Amino acid sequence: MKKIYSVLVENRSGVLCKVAGLFSRRAFNIDSLVVGETDDPTVSCMTIVSSGDDHTLEQIEKQLNKKLDVIKVKTFEEYDSVSRELMLVKVKYNRNNRRDIMEITDILKAQIVDMSRTQMMIQLCDIPQRAELFLKMLQSVSIVEVARTGTVALSKCHDQE
Amino acid sequence: MNGAQAMVKCLELEGVEMVFGYPGVAICPFYDGILDSDIRTILIRTEQNAAHAASGLARVTGKVGVCAVTSGPGATNLITGIATAFADSIPLVCITGQVNSELIGSDVFQEADITGAAESFVKYSYLVKKAEDIPRIFKEAFYIANTGRKGPVLIDVPIDVQNAPLRKFAYPETVNLRTYKPTVKGHAVQIKKVMDQLQKAKRPVICAGGGVLLSGAQEMLSQFAHKYRVPVVTTMMGIGAMQTEDELFFGMVGNNGAPCANRAMNDADMVIMVGARVADRAVNQPEIITRDKVLVHMDVDPAEIGKNAGPTIPLVGDAKHIFEALLETEIDVDHDSWIGTLCEYRRTLTEKRRPDPSFVDPARFISKLSDRMEKDAIYVADVGQNQIWSCKNCIVREGKFLTSGGMGTMGYSIPAAMGAKLGLPDRQVVAVCGDGSFQMSMMELATMRQHQVPVKIVVIANRYLGMVREYQKNTYNGRYSVVDLSGSPDLSCIARAYGMRFIRLEKSEEEDRAIEEFLRGDESVLMECVIDPMDVVK
Repeated sequence: MKKIYSVLVENRSGVLCKVAGLFSRRAFNIDSLVVGETDDPTVSCMTIVSSGDDHTLEQIEKQLNKKLDVIKVKTFEEYDSVSRELMLVKVKYNRNNRRDIMEITDILKAQIVDMSRTQMMIQLCDIPQRAELFLKMLQSVSIVEVARTGTVALSKCHDQE
Repeated sequence: MNGAQAMVKCLELEGVEMVFGYPGVAICPFYDGILDSDIRTILIRTEQNAAHAASGLARVTGKVGVCAVTSGPGATNLITGIATAFADSIPLVCITGQVNSELIGSDVFQEADITGAAESFVKYSYLVKKAEDIPRIFKEAFYIANTGRKGPVLIDVPIDVQNAPLRKFAYPETVNLRTYKPTVKGHAVQIKKVMDQLQKAKRPVICAGGGVLLSGAQEMLSQFAHKYRVPVVTTMMGIGAMQTEDELFFGMVGNNGAPCANRAMNDADMVIMVGARVADRAVNQPEIITRDKVLVHMDVDPAEIGKNAGPTIPLVGDAKHIFEALLETEIDVDHDSWIGTLCEYRRTLTEKRRPDPSFVDPARFISKLSDRMEKDAIYVADVGQNQIWSCKNCIVREGKFLTSGGMGTMGYSIPAAMGAKLGLPDRQVVAVCGDGSFQMSMMELATMRQHQVPVKIVVIANRYLGMVREYQKNTYNGRYSVVDLSGSPDLSCIARAYGMRFIRLEKSEEEDRAIEEFLRGDESVLMECVIDPMDVVK
């Protein structure tokens, strides 16, 4: 089972190391980890995607809460959150497959953001499953490099009463 | 005032009376500053023992133990001591010197990334960047170390920060940490659930861990047990949470525990774990305490609840507060037949050990020794066979029983006993170790002599690393590998070298006289208790 943890932490040096260290020390998985500053410059938000059984996923939350640099831990279920991942893919192209690549790019709402005579770079911003699908569709093409940000997520918008 | 003087001032304001440590260039400004203070400094002989000594002091006084060492090897040597304290949740503030801030990261002489290296063994750590931060950081460190689930806090202070001038020293009155608000009081709904279950239970048992001692809840535990007639067993760290001779006490659980204690846990229909981690040595198969039973788990650390066993009723809070709240409920209970059954187990389920009568039996020796110690004496057990014999046979009354339970760090007893004696100079303090663990910290006999700390030390001598030998006997059919301690020194010479009285006990008929002589007077004594080299704990 996968779970998304949105972890608000003190924006200090060494905090990323402490949180990542917790995962390795307790043998928890990290599928992806994204860190960025929030609107409050003293607070960073880490979005961590992890997988494991129920017991492990509960332990992760408890152990994160125990860290003194962690301000708040929120967990999201997929149905109640919006998640996105940014991916850049550099591919080689030629006259024969150029159209195909452009079509796939179009269908999956990606964008060509850079180009040379033999290579092009495609950007995709979507849910992680679509990023996977995009890579699968490009399997026939020769991929030079891929860079992915990992998942960021927020819970869905609700009207506060 | 400079940073170092501010550090000393902070310690004074926290009521610190003693610092254990070892100086080096990077911590010299601090050790210079402390000369102008009334805080006593104890020069330990190796840094690891500074943390153990601070731990001993913390465990008997309830105050935070403080140690201060230099950068690089001083700091890395301290790590085992920090990890030992962390495993047993002992409150320490460990100060390390660090190289000049501008040189951090360039691998200069005696530089070590100690905050990084110790990360998984500390409750929290600081690398001080500015002298102005010192008062806030020290205030926070002492608060963090001694609240919630207690533990060691590391403060790494670069030498230039120690030397930097401090414009204004203002010690904060309160701590304001948005990320740290430990739950102390138990939740009322959960408390009611516990009492409802207790009313229904036919065969309840309390398993008390080190958390009871850390919260100072011994008296409350005893009141609770007697008011509702609930038998008590303990983990190794919980020894002393209930007086050994209490009629409702049934011993230590676990794979080295008392058979009747384990039987009590197995047969119970309700188990109340309090301040215990449900770790492997205490509860080998967690399913045994969850299957067909109501499991109540009380702990101040929510992450411990459900980590190793899923409880029926989780209850987060400090043991003392929880017992206070639980005691307010009036319920009718009758557990007398259950207690009767357990008393029967205690009488019939006895040890199968058959010691060679021509040697001193360590089990009987420890039982006699602890029986004749003062009522409020402090007994410090080391690690190995001596620890298991101590756990099973030591009689604890109003005193304390200290040992390294979680980490099992050999060599703990002598420095910890020294720290305990310095913390409570009027108490009788006895350290019991093996000949392996003794040699891991015998350099501290010099510290004891230098600072006049009269600790009494027993070395249970079998010229083997006995616990490992016993394991190899059972697991590798007696193929003994690297457990022979020949070459060990003549302990009478060691005692003479450090100006200690020496007693050698070799025959069981001399036991009484030797113990009497050993306990006489408030002076340091070294006793070698020679036992059957092949003796086993089980």
